[in-house]
Amino acid sequence: MPTSPDLAKFVETTTLLKARPEEGSKDRTMVLNMGPQHPSTHGVLRLVIEIDGETVLKVVPDIGYLHTGIEKTCEAKFYQQVVPMTDRIDYLCPMTNNLAYVLAIEKLLQLEIPDRAQWIRVMLNELTRLNSHLVWLGTHAMDIGALTVFLYCFREREDILRLFEQVSGQRMMTSYFRVGGLALEPPLDFFDRVRDFVKLMPERIDQYENLLTGNPIFVNRLKGVGHLSAADAIALGVTGPPLRASGVDWDLRRDMPYSSYEKFQFQVPVSNDCDVWARYVVRIQEMRESVKIIEQALDGMPEGRITADAPKVVLPDREKMKTQMESLIYHFKIVTEGFTVPAGQVYQAVESPRGEMGYYAVSDGTAKPYRVHMRNPSFATLQALQTMCEGRLIADVVAVIGSIDIVLGEIDR
Amino acid sequence: MDSAVQGKDAVLAALPENRALASLLQWNTDAVLDAQYALKELTVTIARDEIRGACQAVKDADYNFLEDVTCVDWYPSEPRFQVTYHILSHSLKDRVRLISPVESIDPTIDSITPVWPSANYYEREVWDLFGVRFHGHPELRRIMMPEEWDGHPLRKDYPVEGYR
Repeated sequence: MPTSPDLAKFVETTTLLKARPEEGSKDRTMVLNMGPQHPSTHGVLRLVIEIDGETVLKVVPDIGYLHTGIEKTCEAKFYQQVVPMTDRIDYLCPMTNNLAYVLAIEKLLQLEIPDRAQWIRVMLNELTRLNSHLVWLGTHAMDIGALTVFLYCFREREDILRLFEQVSGQRMMTSYFRVGGLALEPPLDFFDRVRDFVKLMPERIDQYENLLTGNPIFVNRLKGVGHLSAADAIALGVTGPPLRASGVDWDLRRDMPYSSYEKFQFQVPVSNDCDVWARYVVRIQEMRESVKIIEQALDGMPEGRITADAPKVVLPDREKMKTQMESLIYHFKIVTEGFTVPAGQVYQAVESPRGEMGYYAVSDGTAKPYRVHMRNPSFATLQALQTMCEGRLIADVVAVIGSIDIVLGEIDR
Repeated sequence: MDSAVQGKDAVLAALPENRALASLLQWNTDAVLDAQYALKELTVTIARDEIRGACQAVKDADYNFLEDVTCVDWYPSEPRFQVTYHILSHSLKDRVRLISPVESIDPTIDSITPVWPSANYYEREVWDLFGVRFHGHPELRRIMMPEEWDGHPLRKDYPVEGYR
């Protein structure tokens, strides 16, 4: 206790020892900058968070650090040259991006794609989903503090990347799909290796679940955190696993099928818990369903061509190009001048691991797209961050960001 | 091969069951300037000043999910900008595209954030990259480019490699 009258007066006037500033006063809250260089923001996301003690009042995402003008660049490329750009907007699921883009252009060209190409596309898309969800699971668990899972997930991811390398020559930026089909017939033992991999996968998913699902620390950090109701999710444009975790039964693969998804049997996992835990459960179940789809694709893989019968769009076989004059001419024309696409506009959406990935392509009848716009799932989902974090603790923000599985490359483009 | 159907009446005849089109025509038939059905996609052209009402009319017809707002620059022809909305219906499993022409002399249009809050970021993006302003938007700031950036990069008269 103060002994002299001066000290007593000092204690009375100083704010240090007083209770916290009253409600509504400017000194009560603090603005905290999180990112852009922060390990838990999954890339270069900057969040400006207003906090009252540990409680979050407001979250304002600041994006654009990775903006490279991909949509503008696309307008200066031939149609086929856009495919490598689409890999780079979402580097965790290149195949789904490729697919959305080539489907859009094929729709404009009204091409018929052979079954074999469609089934291989489906198979690779589901491998991509596994790949993306593995990265999500590893990093999400790591954010929460469970470091072990990361190593297990990346072990399986490495297998998938090796498969990608075998089929396309690239581990991450695959660019394997072509307008009109696929680049090459997969190598001879490719399907066997995929089969070996998916045989192993259910057991591996059990391993992750053993580490996480019953882990009380993990469960406590996730359950009841980041609540997002179905109405809010729809109003804020949320798609994919976060939407299904809010109880909306919507999956483009089943409801608006593309690339012969209607021929596959699979469940769409839905949860009504609306929290981070529900998103975890939904994604884990999705991985199991992806394994089933890959198995079905392997079992029923049709024989036949892998490219459409469209000599003005699809590059001819190497052998024909060297022996037939016509093929040589087409080859030369496609490589030097591209192919023209009838004027029109299309919107093609696919279910990427993060939600609805849509491509809006406008053609003016030339060999270069007039406009390519990407509708990105993470971009829209980011708007729901405020709703999910409001009134929660700062530590929950990290859990919520992990649960919406953002990729900044596709947000900023 | 699909053949495109052009014109309000022709599209209505081709798609008598389409609830989005029916709802739009019932709401305000003069605001619906044109319609097109091509490649199994319905495109409806809406007068610029009526876009918010049109979105509400489509929403009332059970098209509950706004997927995307973007823009196309038809420089040098006029109307220069075409603001495009993609709207999805979860229950009907159907999609409709609304487009609205915007003249370059006054590149503004009503914001649809009162109808769908998710339009917030999309409209900021269109403002940032095309320079089309949205009336009634809660915070129309740049989103991709830095605040002090000059110009709107996705306009056709903006060079691909930028101004040097």
